[in-house]
Amino acid sequence: MPTLPPETLLAGRTARHGTAELSELPLVPLWWIAPFPGREAALSRALAAAHGVPFPAPGETVRSGDTEIRWAGRAQALLIGPAAADPGLAEHAAVTDVSDVYARLVLTGPDTACVLARLVPLDLRPARFPAGRTARTLLGHMTAQVTATPEGVELLVMRSFARTAFHEIETAMRGVAARPG
Amino acid sequence: MRLDCPLCGPRDLREFTPRGAAVHARRPEGETWSEAWHHHLHLRDNPAGRSEELWYHGSGCTAWLIVERDTATHEVFSVRLAAEGGA
Repeated sequence: MPTLPPETLLAGRTARHGTAELSELPLVPLWWIAPFPGREAALSRALAAAHGVPFPAPGETVRSGDTEIRWAGRAQALLIGPAAADPGLAEHAAVTDVSDVYARLVLTGPDTACVLARLVPLDLRPARFPAGRTARTLLGHMTAQVTATPEGVELLVMRSFARTAFHEIETAMRGVAARPG
Repeated sequence: MRLDCPLCGPRDLREFTPRGAAVHARRPEGETWSEAWHHHLHLRDNPAGRSEELWYHGSGCTAWLIVERDTATHEVFSVRLAAEGGA
């Protein structure tokens, strides 16, 4: 039987303007985890035992090897990496496969914070938003999960917004690149 | 205007949606019609001054917040999570 390779929404599109570079990242397994009321501590222990990462504090990410967990709102987190979420987690939380729900974009280069300042109402300069911090906020009119990584800033938007997000960020990149000196 | 979300920290107004007086968070006892239900659904104080309101942080952490603020000066006194007994 032929196997169909997974395809991303923008086929890995990249754009470069000035010193900023925007690219679409490949799909990764993503699990949305929302603890049932009163089960937060038990869930955190089960996550640490099964995947090596506890439930993150607000605005934080925790990494262990190829597995990462990001805080994604009140009583919500995104588990990134494992091909299958441990079935035991379902005892403490709603666990949903959202691997193909989001488009993943990464913006790199010294102008990253300057570009995103035109779209995101947060101070994303590395001094205020260092690698490992995450926030759920706005990107233009879209909600986005914004995470600082050692390479730059990674943005998760709903897949239906992929082309709009890419276009809006690219427009901001052109604007920043066009400024004199 | 900014609101200091207990989970996210200070955030821009555009991330929030105002959802009216915090009286919505306090349902009267009982399921049958009463003066208390009439008051809960229809009567509002509309204060020019200190008031308690419900705000939804939909473009942030998705928490419901109880915001104590002055409707005349826009000064914000406190923001707390409705889920943690803020009501």
